[in-house]
Amino acid sequence: MIHLQDIQKVYRTDSIETLALSSISLDIGKGEFLSVMGPSGCGKSTLLNIMGLLDAPTGGKIRIDEKTTEHLSDKQLAQFRNQKLGFIFQSYHLINDLKVLDNVELPLLYRSGSAKERKQLASAALEKVGLSNRVKHFPTQLSGGQKQRVAIARAIVGRPEIILADEPTGNLDSSMGNEIMDILLQLNKVDGATIVMVTHDEQMARKTHRLVRLFDGSQVQ
Amino acid sequence: MLTNYFKIAIAVLKRRKFFTFISLFGISFTLTILMVMTAFVDKVVNDDYPDRKRDRSLYINGIELRGNGNMNGNALSFYFLTHYAGSLKTPVKIAISSGVNGTNTYVNNKKIAINYKYTNADFWEVTDFDFLEGKAFTPQQIANGEHVTVITEQTKQQYFGNIPSVVGKYIEADNVQYRISGVVRNVPITLYMLYSDIYLPYTVSKTDYNSNKGYMGGYTGILLAANESDLPKMKKEYEDMVSRLPMPDKMYDHIYSHADSFITGYVRTGNEEKSGVVIALTALGIFVLFVMLLPTLNLVNINLTRIMERSSEIGVRKAFGASSRTLVYQFLVENLILTILGGAIGVLLSVVALQIINSADLIPNLVLSLNFTVLGIALLICLVFGLLSGVYPAWRMSRLNVVNALKA
Repeated sequence: MIHLQDIQKVYRTDSIETLALSSISLDIGKGEFLSVMGPSGCGKSTLLNIMGLLDAPTGGKIRIDEKTTEHLSDKQLAQFRNQKLGFIFQSYHLINDLKVLDNVELPLLYRSGSAKERKQLASAALEKVGLSNRVKHFPTQLSGGQKQRVAIARAIVGRPEIILADEPTGNLDSSMGNEIMDILLQLNKVDGATIVMVTHDEQMARKTHRLVRLFDGSQVQ
Repeated sequence: MLTNYFKIAIAVLKRRKFFTFISLFGISFTLTILMVMTAFVDKVVNDDYPDRKRDRSLYINGIELRGNGNMNGNALSFYFLTHYAGSLKTPVKIAISSGVNGTNTYVNNKKIAINYKYTNADFWEVTDFDFLEGKAFTPQQIANGEHVTVITEQTKQQYFGNIPSVVGKYIEADNVQYRISGVVRNVPITLYMLYSDIYLPYTVSKTDYNSNKGYMGGYTGILLAANESDLPKMKKEYEDMVSRLPMPDKMYDHIYSHADSFITGYVRTGNEEKSGVVIALTALGIFVLFVMLLPTLNLVNINLTRIMERSSEIGVRKAFGASSRTLVYQFLVENLILTILGGAIGVLLSVVALQIINSADLIPNLVLSLNFTVLGIALLICLVFGLLSGVYPAWRMSRLNVVNALKA
């Protein structure tokens, strides 16, 4: 499903060159749940951003769902992300000015469909994460766990085949973290979503199909 | 999609109330100035009372002599208008009227300032005054030198108070009693060739209108053609006549006088090299630019600050499928919502401002109002304003790197 070949990422300033990723090659199969671990600053999030086409690699090739992505225009990249990818962030990144339902339907705004259809799909996604009673709340009225569940609903509302989660339990206590992890496992098992999760939590990582470890920008496991 | 943008726009406005206040104040205040100005220009350009035949009229309001560094310019003499302009073949009528003179008169020990103007008989044929009662003085009355007058409704009100009819009554101006033959609706002072409080036959003028055989004097004229298509011919005939005028003095070698359309005549500056219309439009353009520049820059600045506050939202939108173009569109829509909101406040402020200007009678007889033209222009200004102040911040917003935006 995701094919990374010899991915490199170098950050350059006038005087310094920092190697964030060095020759990462990785194949992630359809329906696989992969976790990426490693110490802070080892390049986990950079790798996830590159997989999510949010950042471009300095070298190497990416193929997602048999499609090479390096020559896609800004508009094509946006469309590709919208159709194929769903993102979950450690700090949720919900839009506080919008109600829960409006937050969840956000990815659907960038594809065709009626407002009624969007509402139905967003409601169904919220039901799936157990938050159908919070549709009219604003994010600031929710707990951390609830916010992350809204973020998951937003990630899955467009039925993407791939979910990229950057430390989804990082800001939560263990009980809420487990709840979120259960939802992700369910999405993988029942819906067949391909999930790549960056985590610091060994226990969470062990629940996934495969674990990749990074150290100083290189894959060590 | 638009509902979502609207919700966000309103939420952003609520977020930083002081910024919002500054933005809305800037927009509405600017718009108020521009709308009052537009109402003024619209009144002058589009309100054709009492010269409703503008489409077949040419205005002659001055003559200028030049030569060897000397220049002498003035309105025209009665003789020039009857003898030279009167010799033209194309005009079917020539309205002649003097500039306004002021005098004071007293009613019940109350001083009333009255402006009076002398006219010929054609003046009432070329123009189309609304007579509230009575009628214009006749050619016979003019020929007889009768002391008759047409007064405006405001003069009637000031001089006589609320009485139903004043035709046949007398009004005193410049120590002479004039019998009123008609009452007309007020004319704004901006129409300086037509404005007055009372209109008198030129034959009652205390100065001998016929003794001055020079070109210059205190009169202006309106040439009326039989139909609109005759205007170029009439203009050409007038200019040919001017070119044949004998030079009155050796110190001059050029005579300038023009038969202009209403607008050209209105903005003629006396500069023979540059059209008054171009100068007026340039001046208007510069004024509008300056009035709009500061609030636009202010709004651009505020918008840029707000972008940084919204970087997480921008990152999320990009991650979930918004292209740069979509984000530019979103931000422009949001900015237009803000400017239209400011515009709506501006319209309300304009109504208040125009009411104050009208009731203070700052410009005699000029009643400014908002109409569809003014509102249409206001809407256009809002759109231009919204786009101008939104494009650069929107472009900056759309260029934000997603990863950096999500880190902020």
